[in-house]
Amino acid sequence: MIPIAHYLILGGLLFAIGAVGVIVSRNLIVMFMSIELMLNAANLAIIAFSRSLNLMDGHVFVFLIMAVAAAEAAVGLAIIIAIFRNRETINADKFNLLRR
Amino acid sequence: MLEVVIFYLSALIAIGGAVLMIAQRNPVASVLYLIVSLAAQAVLYIQLSALFVGALLIIVYAGAILVLFLFVIMLLNLRGEHFEGQDQKVGRITKYVLSGLFFIELVIIVRQLAIPARTDIVSAQTATDFGGVEPVAELLYTKYLFPFELTSVLLLVAVVGAVVMARREKSEKQGGV
Repeated sequence: MIPIAHYLILGGLLFAIGAVGVIVSRNLIVMFMSIELMLNAANLAIIAFSRSLNLMDGHVFVFLIMAVAAAEAAVGLAIIIAIFRNRETINADKFNLLRR
Repeated sequence: MLEVVIFYLSALIAIGGAVLMIAQRNPVASVLYLIVSLAAQAVLYIQLSALFVGALLIIVYAGAILVLFLFVIMLLNLRGEHFEGQDQKVGRITKYVLSGLFFIELVIIVRQLAIPARTDIVSAQTATDFGGVEPVAELLYTKYLFPFELTSVLLLVAVVGAVVMARREKSEKQGGV
């Protein structure tokens, strides 16, 4: 059998890739997708623990996290559309109004 | 043996899809690579006998949320000048080093984690319908009924918020609500 640590390390790797995406990317949509990837990495760890402990509660948590991710995607994309209407760009570096 | 092969193959595809996702310039290609990564993760879910959640990952994530991303990308009709800009002040190398350190930290934490006696994934005591629709639904509608109902309120708020934010400003000037 595959040890649970392997699943956790895979989850950690996916989370780190998502974090790299948020830090490195300047495209708002790619940053947003990286956040979705980080949520999924956490879900993978929850599912692995759920199987290891033989409890199905983790599946319910993952279900709720997916609902929250859907809500987050809807609101976030609406914000991106509103920003694009105002500034004609989705480059995160261009949104520096508060820094000046 | 087969399950080990499936695990490492899926893990490789999941990681490769994720890396390609953040490496792409074209956002549409990014979304498609994320779908590849999610499909591999769904295989892992099913391997962990989470059938219901695995199906949900494909249907809800790949089928609904990422299609929403595609719709928005096509609605905005993005071209290169919309998301490419001048170099940032923080160097690219600094960012990659920081991210690599972050991953190393995660691995160290997992290594030191005191995982209780059952280190390996158990298989013998598991019920045959572990992770099926019926047992998960039973938990969802009994033990976790209140959070489940709160989720519907959250989704309603999100829908109303999204509509309000994505609405054009003109309708207010014309005397709309």
